[in-house]
Amino acid sequence: MNSSETVTDKLIINENWCKGCGICVKFCPKKVLTLENEKVKIVDIDKCIQCGQCELRCPDYAIYLRGK
Amino acid sequence: MPSAVVDKFFRTNKLPQIWCPGCGHGIITRAITVAVEKLGFDRDKICVVSGIGCSSRATGYLDFDTLHTTHGRALPFATGVKLANPDMKVIVITGDGDCTAIGGNHLIHACRRNIGITTIVFNNNIYGMTGGQYSPTTPKFDKGTTAPYGNIDKAFDISNLAASAGATYVGRSTAYHTNLLISLIENGLKNDGFSLIEAISSCPTYYGRKNKKGDAVNMLEWQKDHAVNISAASKMTPESLEGKFLIGEFKNSPEPEYTSEYQKIIDRFNKE
Ligand SMILES: Cc1ncc(C[n+]2csc(CCOP(=O)(O)OP(=O)(O)O)c2C)c(N)n1
Ligand code: SF4
Ligand code: SF4
Ligand code: SF4
Repeated sequence: MNSSETVTDKLIINENWCKGCGICVKFCPKKVLTLENEKVKIVDIDKCIQCGQCELRCPDYAIYLRGK
Repeated sequence: MPSAVVDKFFRTNKLPQIWCPGCGHGIITRAITVAVEKLGFDRDKICVVSGIGCSSRATGYLDFDTLHTTHGRALPFATGVKLANPDMKVIVITGDGDCTAIGGNHLIHACRRNIGITTIVFNNNIYGMTGGQYSPTTPKFDKGTTAPYGNIDKAFDISNLAASAGATYVGRSTAYHTNLLISLIENGLKNDGFSLIEAISSCPTYYGRKNKKGDAVNMLEWQKDHAVNISAASKMTPESLEGKFLIGEFKNSPEPEYTSEYQKIIDRFNKE
């Protein structure tokens, strides 16, 4: 389980639960995210403003803010 | 370790859920838990009841007292739960088919009674679970496996139907407008009587594919572009509202709740 987690200061991604739908990628206002091999990936974490829109609309609870 | 709200309110050993990639049902299910968390309700005083359908599978993932019942019958089961436990908050999760086709009569009478149940309809305009048959909310001329040349029935407006039948709290939002959805669910749960929240969902696998609506992202963009908040709509021209649909709080007019009225009769005889 843990081996598939990406933990940053701002966001946590659980790749096991990600189904690659692209919703978080599309609606992130700062273009922090992308898809790679049908899984979400962080492109530039510095741009993340922790608005939480990715967490709000991820149907699979695979991406969420850290420490909130 | 999942997020705090998912860890608290989901049976995380059952995740990831079985819904298709990008299905709106997952977004709405989480929104329900966020509303419960914001209200600070005691989770042991909440019972979640569902019927049958992709939407109704949500009870399997939610860590409350839950009942996954039979097709169209979530409201009758929920009515029993509420009558036996009037102090419980009862939430019904149902699909547009479950709620307004096979279960349509139960819906209008639960509304009429104003029984203390908050019903959240995951409206994806199709029967998802059984492979894309048209439902009572499939828009006119849209396609389903049972309407290959286009559906000629007029669609139900579930929110209007519920408000007319007597529901005392009614609102509509979409999977895309998640924060509005959360606040409508919160308000619905605060109402003692019957509340109906119509949550416009998306079924990219059947409704989307049959009707060339694109992928999961395109379907949420459609919701974003076509929903108009009722507060803004009053200032818009009929032309600019063409092809749009309304979201927001449609009705909030509390009336005496059914189980408390029922208790009054019991109390009357206990006194004699
Ligand atoms: C008595 C009965 N009739 C028919 C069915 C088959 N059936 C299962 S789910 C379903 C419709 C589901 O559609 P909806 O409620 O809109 O939920 P969705 O799957 O789209 O979320 C039907 C007709 C059944 N399970 N039981
Ligand atoms: S929190 Fe906001 S800015 Fe950060 S990745 Fe999510 S959507 Fe993008
Ligand atoms: S919204 Fe969730 S499931 Fe979809 S790509 Fe993003 S992290 Fe993955
Ligand atoms: S068939 Fe449709 S409603 Fe059912 S899980 Fe798939 S996308 Fe969702």
